[in-house]
Amino acid sequence: MKSSVLIRVAGESIKKNKMRTLLTMLGIVIGVGAVIIMVAVGQGAQRGIANQINALGTNLLVITAGASNTSGVSQGAQAFNRLTIDDAEKLKREGTLFAGVTPVVMTRVQVLAGGTNWRTTINGVSTDWQTVRDWQTSSGDFFTDNDLRGMRKVALIGQTVADNLFPGVDPVGSQIQIRNEPFDIVGVLAKKGQNAVGQDQDDIVVMPYTTAQTRLSGNTRIWQILVSATSQQDITAAQQEAAAIMRESHKIGDGDDDFTVRNQTEIANAAQGTTKIMTWLLASIASVSLIVGGIGIMNIMLVSVTERTREIGIRMAIGARGSDVLTQFLVESIVMSVLGGAVGLVVGVGGASLVARFTGWSTEVPIAAVALAIGFSAAVGVFFGFYPARKAAALDPIQALRYE
Amino acid sequence: MPNVITSDASPTPVIRIEGVRKDYTMGDNIVHALRGVDLTAERGEMLAIMGASGSGKSTLMNMLGCLDTPTSGSYWLDGIRVDGLNRNQLADLRNEKLGFVFQGFNLLARTSALDNVELPLLYDRAGRWKNTKELAAEALRRVGLDDRLDHQPSELSGGQQQRVAIARALVTAPTLLLADEPTGNLDSHMTVEIMSLFQELNDQGITIVMVTHEPDVAQYCKRVVEVRDGRIKRDHPVEDRHNAAADLRQLLATEPEEEEDPGIMVEETV
Repeated sequence: MKSSVLIRVAGESIKKNKMRTLLTMLGIVIGVGAVIIMVAVGQGAQRGIANQINALGTNLLVITAGASNTSGVSQGAQAFNRLTIDDAEKLKREGTLFAGVTPVVMTRVQVLAGGTNWRTTINGVSTDWQTVRDWQTSSGDFFTDNDLRGMRKVALIGQTVADNLFPGVDPVGSQIQIRNEPFDIVGVLAKKGQNAVGQDQDDIVVMPYTTAQTRLSGNTRIWQILVSATSQQDITAAQQEAAAIMRESHKIGDGDDDFTVRNQTEIANAAQGTTKIMTWLLASIASVSLIVGGIGIMNIMLVSVTERTREIGIRMAIGARGSDVLTQFLVESIVMSVLGGAVGLVVGVGGASLVARFTGWSTEVPIAAVALAIGFSAAVGVFFGFYPARKAAALDPIQALRYE
Repeated sequence: MPNVITSDASPTPVIRIEGVRKDYTMGDNIVHALRGVDLTAERGEMLAIMGASGSGKSTLMNMLGCLDTPTSGSYWLDGIRVDGLNRNQLADLRNEKLGFVFQGFNLLARTSALDNVELPLLYDRAGRWKNTKELAAEALRRVGLDDRLDHQPSELSGGQQQRVAIARALVTAPTLLLADEPTGNLDSHMTVEIMSLFQELNDQGITIVMVTHEPDVAQYCKRVVEVRDGRIKRDHPVEDRHNAAADLRQLLATEPEEEEDPGIMVEETV
């Protein structure tokens, strides 16, 4: 039988049992729809995290003190705190693949302004920080190299700090008190929101590292050095270059790193790994409903074969081979499941955008998921249609014709 | 005297059966449905197989229809050896050589007459048929249903349904038309109508074999084979063969008045 005829025959028999077909298809519709919504939510979350990690700064490399392994003995990170301003300056001087290098000095302090106070984190950085973190000001300007060299008491504050200390006013030009010293606010950093692990990035005060070291921390220790590579493609090369310069600066050999250079991708991967697992978990729970839908198809096909035993007998008597009957029933179940899959796709895409609208989560329907859903629903049709179809094909024409 | 039983001089007979036996195992018992049957039918015959239920006539019919294969013995259909063929080969043979007409019509429900008749053409593997719709329409025209192409079986009378079935059997231009109790579900008027159609088709050269237990129906055939206990008991030409068309004219001349006023009949029977 020609395939066009087969599809027509399948279509006709589906039309003859509209209600039953619709209900059977509903199983697949729900299955495919659920899988797509779950994948969309998961993908959206992954994309969201990727965006947030990008928001850390472009092509960011983070150098921290300590290595996971020193001469074969694991020391744990931060075991040695041997990052210095010299390291940062050497990186800045000798690096060829770096767009910016900034040391970071961090201290938790109480900040006062007017009658209120707020506990936040001071980041002592160089002027490159703005480039490295890709962070603009919403008001005022970043501090200058003169401020840095002069160890001036200037600071930029994050939006959260501004909202808490200066509600409703532009804080630029005002002063804050840190450890009884007044700092001039030269700018307010633009709002960035939460980072990948849920920290409020706007809860921050930024000032020259020279000022932070002399006025606040009182030592020359550096928490981390942030480096941004010139481009995404150069990130691995930049990472190697940074490591090489660091070894030279610390006068150590290849295997004795007392620092760690991590790139953004690694950080991103760690965060995305978790969401990926969640996505798979959700999708696999959803695909259970797809399998249940498939069993529904199988059930109906079995009923259909029994009901249409006589029809099968007639077809065989007038010359249908077993394979013709098998194909007919198989096509029927595939048409049903693929139609269900297509409707489920629409439901899934619609559902995903509804979820996005009502929860504010970003959702994303990947093309691969669409292809997979359609492919999988066709596979469900074949898998669950095969047994009933084979049962039909194996009927004895004489028995089938006699069936009442 | 036209002797139609085995003649070596004739070209390939449509049916040639030699020493066919068929045994069924039912639980621990073996049922000998056919116990050695020899039968030959030539082109253009109109043969009635008669017998009581359990005589083996249905088994013989299934055998002739390539729906079943003999336990032993040989069967040639139009010169092709049937015994020993597999399921697929039997299916192909049924499609190419045979046309079936059943007692219960066996049309596909909720499927138009035209689509029903077209069906055997679609199962053809040799790709012999183009314009299957037109061929189906032509077959329906041949049985006088050219105004019922789009009707579904439920919208047709029993006689019309059987006509559709006959059209379906004819559409592939089969070597042999097999009819299993074709008038079993029809009243006497429709029976004569259908027999008239069979006679007309036979006159056009179509070989017909039918199973029936009604002697009246057998009277319209050319030859009667009587089966009993799995064997052929009698094989004889029909004497005083009836002409169904003439009988039909006679019926039409007497019946319509009665049929037009069924109310009177009800009163009479009450």
